[in-house]
Amino acid sequence: MLNAIIAITLLGSLFGLGLGWAARKFRVESDPVVDQIDALLPQTQCGQCNFPGCRPYAEAIARGEADINQCPPGGEAGIKALADLLGVEAKPLNPDNGEEKLKKVAVIDEPACIGCTLCIQACPVDAIVGAAKLMHTVIESECTGCELCLPPCPVDCIDLVTPKKTLADWRWPRPEVDHPATLTAGKTP
Amino acid sequence: MRRPPISEQLERARNAGSQLHHFHGGLRLRHNKKISCELPLEATPLPPRLFVPMLQHSGLSAEPAVKPGQQVLKGERIGYFGVKEEMAVHAPTSGTVKLLARRPISHPSGEDGLCVVIEPDGLDQWTQLTPIENWQEADPALLRQRIREAGIVGLGGAVFPTAIKVDDAHLRGIHTLILNGAECEPYISCDEMLMREQPGSIILGARILQRAIGAGRTLIAIEDQMGAVNESLKAAVKEAGADDIDIVKVTTIYPEGGEKQLIQVLTGLEVPSGGRPADLGLLCQNVATATAVANAVVEGKSLIERIVTVTGSGIRQPRNLLARIGTPIENLVDQCGGYTEDAARLILGGPMMGYALTSDSNPVIKAANCILVLSELEIEPPQAEMPCIRCGECVRVCPALLLPQELNWQIRNQQWEEVVDYGLKDCIECGCCDFVCPSHIPLVDWFRYGKAELKSLQIERGKAESARVRFEAREARLAREKQERRQRLEQKKQGLRDQADKKKKLAEAIERVQSRKDGGK
Amino acid sequence: MSRKFDTGGAPHFPPHSTVAGVMQQVLYALVPGVMAYVWFFGVGILVQIFLAVAFALLFEWIMLRLRKQPVRLFLGDYSAVVTAVLFALCLPPLAPWWVALIGMLFAIVLAKHLYGGLGQNVFNPAMVGYVVVLISFPQVMSLWLPPASLAGYTLGPGAVLHTIFLGQLPAGMTWDAISQATPLDTIRATLATGGIVSEARESSIFGDFGGLGWEWIANFYALGGLWLIWRRVISWHIPVMMITTVVTLGLAVYLADPGSNPAPLQHVFSGALVLGAFFIATDPVSGCVSNRGRLIFAAGVGVLTLVIRRWGGYPDGVAFAVLLMNMAAPLIDRYTRPRIFGQ
Repeated sequence: MLNAIIAITLLGSLFGLGLGWAARKFRVESDPVVDQIDALLPQTQCGQCNFPGCRPYAEAIARGEADINQCPPGGEAGIKALADLLGVEAKPLNPDNGEEKLKKVAVIDEPACIGCTLCIQACPVDAIVGAAKLMHTVIESECTGCELCLPPCPVDCIDLVTPKKTLADWRWPRPEVDHPATLTAGKTP
Repeated sequence: MRRPPISEQLERARNAGSQLHHFHGGLRLRHNKKISCELPLEATPLPPRLFVPMLQHSGLSAEPAVKPGQQVLKGERIGYFGVKEEMAVHAPTSGTVKLLARRPISHPSGEDGLCVVIEPDGLDQWTQLTPIENWQEADPALLRQRIREAGIVGLGGAVFPTAIKVDDAHLRGIHTLILNGAECEPYISCDEMLMREQPGSIILGARILQRAIGAGRTLIAIEDQMGAVNESLKAAVKEAGADDIDIVKVTTIYPEGGEKQLIQVLTGLEVPSGGRPADLGLLCQNVATATAVANAVVEGKSLIERIVTVTGSGIRQPRNLLARIGTPIENLVDQCGGYTEDAARLILGGPMMGYALTSDSNPVIKAANCILVLSELEIEPPQAEMPCIRCGECVRVCPALLLPQELNWQIRNQQWEEVVDYGLKDCIECGCCDFVCPSHIPLVDWFRYGKAELKSLQIERGKAESARVRFEAREARLAREKQERRQRLEQKKQGLRDQADKKKKLAEAIERVQSRKDGGK
Repeated sequence: MSRKFDTGGAPHFPPHSTVAGVMQQVLYALVPGVMAYVWFFGVGILVQIFLAVAFALLFEWIMLRLRKQPVRLFLGDYSAVVTAVLFALCLPPLAPWWVALIGMLFAIVLAKHLYGGLGQNVFNPAMVGYVVVLISFPQVMSLWLPPASLAGYTLGPGAVLHTIFLGQLPAGMTWDAISQATPLDTIRATLATGGIVSEARESSIFGDFGGLGWEWIANFYALGGLWLIWRRVISWHIPVMMITTVVTLGLAVYLADPGSNPAPLQHVFSGALVLGAFFIATDPVSGCVSNRGRLIFAAGVGVLTLVIRRWGGYPDGVAFAVLLMNMAAPLIDRYTRPRIFGQ
């Protein structure tokens, strides 16, 4: 009996030491986690997460001060990616911050624009071109749909529209998985 | 098979065709080609209206260059894209442009697209033709330009713009041109008909292409079952006196007509993943593309028609037709005696890789190599999809050496990193795995979806990255402006202080002088 | 007048094979072996097969209903039947009816459905069921019969049913009288008492290679297995590698110490080795994905079987070997990913 206890204890300590050494010796250096988190965020810089931009939010997540479900533009897919990266459970999007909407872009109604530059100063990615007393316009390809330009406009001439899709944007759809036989096939809990 | 070093690869590529190799997997399928080869090739009569789609190439859509009411001549350009004037589309006959409308365009999504609708005037008059006289001595760049102007695309089904491929080939240096006559999908016989009836144009096209890209020789690959084709091609080669063109027969295993598989059979080499045949000094073109090149260069005619195989048990008299682009499919079917009673599905392409169309009012497009009408019995009836039982059949038949069952799990679970790692981008969508799966999982549909998602993710990441860069640039700019403002303020303050200093010094000096004066009295 | 059509996905070909078809072919391949079994050991095995199939389908039905999955589709895919038959072929012919019940309970409910159902089981369900009853009921699971030619009695179908369902032998018979150790049991017992293998082999229950009767059954299993390879239901890698490993390793050990080790062919033709090589280790769901992985898997099963037979606590190690290698299969897959075209 005693022999068994001694043997198991010895083996246990041996393996434990071995694992500890291996954990140190074979450690994989990776990017600081803040950069990895930032790479997964959509970079809309909209502030809906209650942080002034995507990088501060990433830093807060890394410090453990913010939860991973605060970002509406990132949506479900974004939360899942963060959950995978950090090894935590994915959770539903925090409804207080907004809901996951389809990507929209801002459009300025040009006849109504008065050239005040307030929206230019508000845009976090400098996607609005213009100058004082000159026409302003949104560069569609750079607009992230963050909606920060809407409140400052004194004549309310900015609208959010869905960008036009062409046939060249068409993609093969997800195959219909409506048969209950395939409901559990390949799904991880 | 370990990859040999690059120098040896190039050496082996130069000896393409000297020895035949095998590719992994593949399927032996029933050919079903004879029925459509019994009748000779015939041209289709002009329909009352031609609907020419602007989107016919892989890549971006052309934009119309004509207006409603405009008169056009046969071969006149009616659409192109961009400053480089690529993706050119031409009028298949002379007549009037009736309107520009959104209509079915034989697109796999089933959606409508912009078409130029032409009403033929019956004269079928060519526009001014611009052949290249004496192409044997013409500048190769001129030949390539002609290919671009003529709107020639890969007529094997991929419809990649030939001009882009040929330009790229010229830059990289090609030593062997491979003409792909190994039409491997069952039912399709348009290339076989072309090789039987117009072998001379293929040989001519081969020689022109050789000159255009600077290749030293040409290999024409045909299936080992094409006996008559071999003879007619050999005769044409002899007639043309071309001693740098060889004909090679490859074993008929689907998909031996796939570009990468064909190159593996001819050279034993694998095209590097993410690379192109040009990396090995090879260029692959379909035989029909070669004919189109010959027509464009020697006769100055742009691509306005192609051979289409109309076949299947749903067609009364299967045959090959020479059809103008924009002809509604129903016209072709009528010319073949119409549908049989049990016609159940209309497919553009072959039974392995083709896609089903909802209506026969869809037009013939440049990619339409075959119109296949199958009966209920022949198409895979909707079987319940079972879970994957990991039987491994898909792994056995995959020509790209992938693990389709693993890819299937990963795509369903959206594990995109693993999907890329396991090689989804190398999938050629041949359908072999789908064909053998006992659980009837629509693997090719999943892989197409997976590739589309990867593309969308890539675009999204790109946008996010660009937004981040712009954001950081803006932050930097604001910080800089702030800094500059602070500096200016500092300088101003400093200036004021200097002034105050000066004044103080002056006052002190005056005082000193004053006190000396006073002291001296 | 233009015509409308229904659409569907590519490839547009008639269905090539189905899951039910694959499973049915496995069952056909087992028929010769089962017939040989009945010839040598009586109809008891048919009752076991019947019981196992009935319980398997019952539990499958219950689980499908509980999990709200399409019942007809999955009951009709014959996968539960294959599990049941393979399990039953490992049982002694006169095992009581509740052995099949408990075995199928663990095989279908635990090993198959609680892991996710068809295509998701980590362990071979038939082997899980067998191992559970083997460890739980060692006494009952060791009451084997001698081949018909050696038995001094005949057990008619009535007597067989009586034994299986009532748990008692017909009057006048005792277990000691009618049961006999299997060849592997005999070797083990002989070695335990200090004898050598060749002494054990003198017993009448040994035939030319393996046990009398057992070797013929193994031949017929192999025949069925070869047919399956020809029909491309299984690939040759696992059976060939497993048998080769057993023969090679067995030969090495035999040459080193002929006294305590049976000859390699003895190993092949005893116990469930041939059945395991062609039917059990080839279960695609719990095995490896690539052919190289399958070779390693099969080699592992072969080695472990021999080790357990020689030095382990049970006469036959195929079931345990298969389960242990099932555990290793994902890791083997990870390290034997085939090279992709062009990489």
